[in-house]
Amino acid sequence: MADRVPLFEAEHVTRFFDVSRPWLQRVINGEKRRLLRAVDDVSFTIGKGSTLSLVGESGCGKSTMARLAVGLYAPSHGAIRFEGEPIAAARAEARQRRRMNMIFQDPYASLNPRWRVARIIAEPIRAFGLLRGARAIAARVAELLAQVGLQPSDGGKFPHEFSGGQRQRISIARALSSEPEFLVCDEPTSALDVSVQAQILNLMRDLQRRLGLTYLFISHNLAVVRHMSDRLGVMYLGRIVEIGPAEEVFSTPRHPYTRMLLDAIPDLSPDRMMSGRDRTPIAGEVPSPLAPPPGCSFHPRCPLANARCREERPAYTPAGAILVACHAVAEGRLPA
Amino acid sequence: MSLLDVEKLSVAFPTRRGVLKALDNISFAIAAGEVLGVVGESGAGKSLTGAAIIGLLERPGQISGGRILFEGKRIDDLPQEEMRRIRGRRIGAIFQDPLTTLNPLYTVGRQLAETMQIHLGISGAEARRRAVGWLAQVGIPAPEERIDSYPHEFSGGMRQRVVIALALCAEPRLVIADEPTTALDVSIQAQIIALLKRLARERGTAVMLITHDMGVIAETADRVAVMYAGRIVELGPVARVIRNPAHPYTEGLMASIPTLEEKRGRLAQIEGAMPRLSAIPPGCPFSPRCPKVFARCTEERPELMLAGGTEAACWLFAPTLAEAAHERRGHG
Repeated sequence: MADRVPLFEAEHVTRFFDVSRPWLQRVINGEKRRLLRAVDDVSFTIGKGSTLSLVGESGCGKSTMARLAVGLYAPSHGAIRFEGEPIAAARAEARQRRRMNMIFQDPYASLNPRWRVARIIAEPIRAFGLLRGARAIAARVAELLAQVGLQPSDGGKFPHEFSGGQRQRISIARALSSEPEFLVCDEPTSALDVSVQAQILNLMRDLQRRLGLTYLFISHNLAVVRHMSDRLGVMYLGRIVEIGPAEEVFSTPRHPYTRMLLDAIPDLSPDRMMSGRDRTPIAGEVPSPLAPPPGCSFHPRCPLANARCREERPAYTPAGAILVACHAVAEGRLPA
Repeated sequence: MSLLDVEKLSVAFPTRRGVLKALDNISFAIAAGEVLGVVGESGAGKSLTGAAIIGLLERPGQISGGRILFEGKRIDDLPQEEMRRIRGRRIGAIFQDPLTTLNPLYTVGRQLAETMQIHLGISGAEARRRAVGWLAQVGIPAPEERIDSYPHEFSGGMRQRVVIALALCAEPRLVIADEPTTALDVSIQAQIIALLKRLARERGTAVMLITHDMGVIAETADRVAVMYAGRIVELGPVARVIRNPAHPYTEGLMASIPTLEEKRGRLAQIEGAMPRLSAIPPGCPFSPRCPKVFARCTEERPELMLAGGTEAACWLFAPTLAEAAHERRGHG
């Protein structure tokens, strides 16, 4: 392709949150400002029509990154670009803004309970002025409902009349109604039962193929991520510790955290079940993002940590097609 | 003899629009030292089964049929006061959200010690000494220091450990764990499951592990009961149910779970959704979604019957007329 500009680009993105106590209390107790570094120097690109997933445990910054990606938060440092244009500028323009949308985790909280489904789905069409006339809009809503596997007659119902999976279908129909190219999906199936999750994941993949959608997919579930992703970034305490083609990250994980995470997952693969072994629990817990450890933030839990890991923050080392932020990988200390 | 026997248990919710049967004629048993997994989608009746056993059904729900035997004695018809003595002492409970189980105003040490003083009748000093031991058992670092901390001073994973210590400290014979790891991250989840398994193995405690996560069941349980629309549709050894499920619902459920193995194209999916309690179809409740449905399924309700290595409530496994006749002759 001649066009080498990726659809979405995050470059050294950092986002702080000020979690200091009120000014007077700080003065009385002689406290300093406290900054929470939710996302810390994160860079990645997403090519058109592909899916990049960010995976990690709670507090790793993946949801903050999702919000940054659609411009709901502004980055404290760094740049986020949509087709090479800074996201803030893209958001200011309705023509560009409608090209990105978001699907949220909780289908119970993200739909207005007082609106009928048809109105919920038609709202972006009206807001962006994509179609005029009630009849044209109704026809488009019916088409969208069919596209996500609902009946056109469902448009006359209220959200409470639907199950969780059907509500998530409504959320997807709403997200698609502005004819976006880029969808940010923040844990879209974690509130759903597994059989319904399969329906939604299949639907999202079908829609991607049919409409050429680009996804930024956020999840804590590695099995779901494996099913959905072209590329995968593993996040820990606000940083991407490993990023690369999903297949390669799964087949040959490099970062000790990725390895432990993959090992910790309860899985139904026959070889796992056959071995009958207990999973290796990762020792310890994620430290508070308010006081991240110095050096590599994973070092307190890492079996390979040495003095350098405790002091110096690791830069990215290429390993195959993967980038890994780990001194052990860079120094070749990683056991096979 | 089993430690817990649930026989033909039904739970009903009378409402203005009629009686809803939330649990319909379910039977299972758990032996000492055994971990029974109970799995199903939301609304299938997993948690309700646990609540019925420990006598904590929320009104207007009530047991409308069947009985529950614990150590051979009926516990479903005990007066509140007597049931309360069994709960905590003989049957422990672990719930999903550790914050609702712990009292925020008391230190964890006081909560542990008080539980042991009440149920085991030991002195305060002895209870405190044992409380430190329990915190160490469940893997809380520096238990002598943490014992005087309040619940909010612990992280989520540590809090769930405290809850487990609290459920186990009176040394119950049976622990009912309702989604004990659902609120936790995978790395913490693995620690908690390893802990639960070890305690069951070492102390011969029976565990009823309720979860929607088949992966957790696969790693922890000896046998598994699969629930659907208030009924048990399949019951059997965990490896068998996972690798060679008999009931079409279990089969569909297993196939729809994404795994870490090779990336597959499409996930298998079961069309539709579980029926609401107010609209459970006659016959087999899964029949409207079942790819193998036939006439009998929509007319007659199947009970658990032998199906290879497991038991399934499915007419596919009904003995043929010839087999049934043979059976009768054999026994007659």
